[in-house]
Amino acid sequence: MQRNLLQLFYLLSAILFVLGLRGLSHPKTARRGMFLAEAGMLLAIVGTLLHHEIVDYKWIVAGLVLGTLIGAPLAIWIPMTAVPQRTALSHSFGALAAALVGVSEYYRHGAALGSARVGVIGIEVMLGSLTFTGSLMAAAKLQGLIRGFPITYRGQNFVNLSLLAGMLALIVSLMFMPTASPLFYAMVGLAFLFGVMLILPIGAADMPVVIALLNSYGGLTDAAMGFMLDNKIQIITGSLDGASGFVLSILMCRAMNRSITNVLFGAFGKVQEQPTALEAKRTIRQASVEEAAEILAAARSVVVVPGYGMAVSQAQHRVRELADALKLKGAAVRYGIHAVAGRMPGHMNVLLAEANVPYDELYDMDQVNSYFAETDVVLVVGANDVVNPAAKRVPGSPIYGMPILEVEKARVVIVCKRSLGPGFAGIDNELYYGDKTLLLFGDAKESMVKLATALKQ
Amino acid sequence: MTIDIGLIGDLYIFVLAGFLGFQLISRVSPLLHTPLMSATNAISGISLVGSLVVAGAGHGRLSTVLGFIAVVASTINVVGGFLITDRILKMFKSSR
Repeated sequence: MQRNLLQLFYLLSAILFVLGLRGLSHPKTARRGMFLAEAGMLLAIVGTLLHHEIVDYKWIVAGLVLGTLIGAPLAIWIPMTAVPQRTALSHSFGALAAALVGVSEYYRHGAALGSARVGVIGIEVMLGSLTFTGSLMAAAKLQGLIRGFPITYRGQNFVNLSLLAGMLALIVSLMFMPTASPLFYAMVGLAFLFGVMLILPIGAADMPVVIALLNSYGGLTDAAMGFMLDNKIQIITGSLDGASGFVLSILMCRAMNRSITNVLFGAFGKVQEQPTALEAKRTIRQASVEEAAEILAAARSVVVVPGYGMAVSQAQHRVRELADALKLKGAAVRYGIHAVAGRMPGHMNVLLAEANVPYDELYDMDQVNSYFAETDVVLVVGANDVVNPAAKRVPGSPIYGMPILEVEKARVVIVCKRSLGPGFAGIDNELYYGDKTLLLFGDAKESMVKLATALKQ
Repeated sequence: MTIDIGLIGDLYIFVLAGFLGFQLISRVSPLLHTPLMSATNAISGISLVGSLVVAGAGHGRLSTVLGFIAVVASTINVVGGFLITDRILKMFKSSR
């Protein structure tokens, strides 16, 4: 296909991608937007297949078929609770593709490249390689293949910064000696290692930020690939993707009142020295299922606050059934969703939508906080740090300053918990000892079923 | 060191698309942050277009093999990304 015509195809694709992302501003227009984006992708692929440089379609067809055979089942059958790990895994696939194409470009052109071009390839391959291993690490942590707790050691930041400096030094050297291929492959090795080291110290509770950040790296990798191949559609898409990941990381960091450097280098959940001996003596009030059901039956307004615990016990459907039973009793039910509840941005919304909770019952923190004062009962299902008042009152707490769901303003707070163990961040939760709080021990799913049954009697 | 005009032109596009992305994403409903990630993941599968050329241009065995793997990886993202985005978006229903 003629080069200019192909560029027009790409321009049209870019426009369709932008319109597609704009559709996501509201659930009503989102699907239509995605159809536009799909059309844009199809256009770009078909245009490229007619590219004059392509002489052999054998491997292309094989690759497209194999990719579809792997990608489609992964998308159609994975449970919604596993969407965070799928997302991390797909960041690694994208980064792998970019890194391999970069290696191929260097291998093929090597000596013939100017210093600027070699620098671009170096950066592209560096970003691709570190995003590849970093995302694999994140996926493994989310899937539970690696312990979710942060792994730290002395001098960690020094090691990581040295690795980064080493990679950059190798890229600069390559710009002066484009043919020194050992330097290039050494840089690739360091980048793989760096990706792993970067994710080691990050705990599972920080995953919403890290996934968003890896999304941003993935976008930058794509853009770098566009620079390398002088392909404008890849630059535009990579830039949009990179901006998306960056905006999400900022939103997630803000929701935890932390900076990105703190997430990357701070090893959250590791360095807590709590006066636990003192806390253990405080009293809690425990409720039986019958007591809890009785309180709920009398409530006119209920707010459900879900957290990662709901995802772990797959309780979202049972939560919705309980909400249905409450509505039959005449209560207004809403859901209060903290931005970092779960393991990726928007995680709780997807799980509840899966359980057929209408999206207009889902409220974000700012909306729901003003509503707690007139709420009869708050039901906390598997959430912990996002409702911990220590964030407001205890200046020494690691989560101090984090905006939380102010559930204490409601008349009664019922917390469904497996046991009195600390939350993921290992911080004791003052909410459990509050005089408005009742603890309902047991698996979240079973508790929901029991409550719903008791309400229907 | 000479930097060719192509790279500078590309830089323009990169920066401006970044600003556009910032504006676009700031308007995305927080409800839809998960499908947003799978959607950007799908469109970032555009790395497929670069991979296709490497796999099909007949530049020697190594390039073809690397290109083939890149095509597989990008296709997983395109197909899987759009499918799961649609699967998620279909679940979001209004009560009215």
